[in-house]
Amino acid sequence: MRLRDTLENYLFVLPAVAIFTIFYILPFIWVFQFSFFDWDGISPAKVFIGFDNFKEILFQDPSWWRSMVNVSWITFIALTFQNALAFMLALACDREMKMKNFYRVIFFIPPVLSEMVVGMVWSFIISDVSGANIINRFLISIGLGQFAHNWLSDPNTALTTVAVIHSWKGFGWGFLLFLAGLQTIPRELYEAARVDGANAWEQFKNITIPLMIPVATMVVILTILGTMQSFVLIRGLVGGEFAGHTSVPVLRILASMQGSSRFGYACSQGITFGVLLVTISFIQNKVSQKVRQA
Amino acid sequence: MTTKIKTGAYYKTKNITLNVLIHLFLISVAVTCIYPFLWMFMSSFKTSESIFRDIALFPSHFHFENYVQAIRDGDFGRYFLNSLMYTVFVVMGIVIISSMAAYAFSRFQFPGKNAIFYVFLAAMMIPIPGSFVALYVLLNKLHLRDTPIGYILCMINVGLSTSIFMLKTFFDKMPKELEDAARIDGCSKLGIWWHVALPLSKPVLAVVVVFNALNVWNEYILALIIFDSPKYMPLQVALEKFRGEYFTNYPVLMAALTITALPIIILYILMQKHIIKGITQGAVVG
Repeated sequence: MRLRDTLENYLFVLPAVAIFTIFYILPFIWVFQFSFFDWDGISPAKVFIGFDNFKEILFQDPSWWRSMVNVSWITFIALTFQNALAFMLALACDREMKMKNFYRVIFFIPPVLSEMVVGMVWSFIISDVSGANIINRFLISIGLGQFAHNWLSDPNTALTTVAVIHSWKGFGWGFLLFLAGLQTIPRELYEAARVDGANAWEQFKNITIPLMIPVATMVVILTILGTMQSFVLIRGLVGGEFAGHTSVPVLRILASMQGSSRFGYACSQGITFGVLLVTISFIQNKVSQKVRQA
Repeated sequence: MTTKIKTGAYYKTKNITLNVLIHLFLISVAVTCIYPFLWMFMSSFKTSESIFRDIALFPSHFHFENYVQAIRDGDFGRYFLNSLMYTVFVVMGIVIISSMAAYAFSRFQFPGKNAIFYVFLAAMMIPIPGSFVALYVLLNKLHLRDTPIGYILCMINVGLSTSIFMLKTFFDKMPKELEDAARIDGCSKLGIWWHVALPLSKPVLAVVVVFNALNVWNEYILALIIFDSPKYMPLQVALEKFRGEYFTNYPVLMAALTITALPIIILYILMQKHIIKGITQGAVVG
């Protein structure tokens, strides 16, 4: 009877465990295994080459490092521009007002739509041929017509344009989290500070900022992990790596797999990149713990 | 007395200017959030010629033939049904499988329970950017590549961890009295899960359903590597293929984009309370 009971309990988790083992744990192990082989993914010829793939990534693959530099630039813009915008909007909404929910709904429209849709719509809006290029029309109307051009097909501006559109698509996440965080701060703290003669800036510096550090940490981690792994938006905007100008690590992994049929190398790139992501979020967590204790 | 009124009035005027500035800032950002999609929608009713000349947002004549062309020549009716089918089956699978597991993790005792739960939890934290390479090989070996069932199973796995976590958190806080009463009445464990626990967890199930539906409808990379046959492709992948064929015909492309985006916008507006609640309660989707 006891045994039957336990078996019945296992039956409840069995479907989840089975799917998870086959489609998560097994591929997870395989990624590590494949990374030591030279293999095209299909043929039985699988050659063990030790750490050669990793050596190639680190020392002989400038296109990989270029994609790392590109994604770092996009992440930098997302961390500064996107999160500053999100925080300012959250501060602006953190008060008694009727339209608060309206803004909350509107700011989250870009995040719910797919990167492919957002990328393709923006690529049409800012492409030169169409009369719909509002950014260029705006520049011309304020007398800066010489700067009006196709932002995405110019190698000098393509990457930054991608980064700005990425930030536009993602700021709604940070906005919602910052606003939720701001609303948990007890209003009495501000009133007490006002009674003690603290001005708005002092209240902001001594109450808002310290109490927002946990939320800010979460937003920073989510921004880094999300931005570093994004690539569909780039395919939607410019169609691909644009001769390296807009290449990012996941697009490189995809190119190793689909373009040159080097499955082993693609897995090594995935691991190299995954280790970096886990390290970043680990360090970020430690640092914020230190800040919170201080 | 007079000074008091004066300071009161002073603060009021200052607040009004400040309020106007704040609202101007908020509204201008809100406009940028809506404009691209409004432009997409309006352009889908223009013609190839008028899209360049007709700079006004609203078209002078509404041309519905772009939708006809996207559906008839571009096969977007089929892609739409594919996306719909994947979304429905994946969400159903996730709801049943993850709620059973979460219920067991919350209510039952069995050896290895915590270890299994922590493995699911760890999967939420560790990103593996190259996992699609291994999934491609796996599906090839199982002869499930380029099949709807292969894609559905992969996508169920994608949503499993977070859904189990959300549901377990909910079950842990849910009172057990009704379940105890059902047990005394002779209801089986499976019966209690289905007839008592699931109906009571409707609030969290709504969040699980909406997030997973958005996620499946918008999914791209697995669909890209799993499907070779156009007849199985969902919208997100079909869009890219379609752009290659119709690069010059903007209005038809905008019609295809509208077909892809509109269900999500409608779902979002209907369910926005659940979505915003889900995010603010713990940043469930990382």
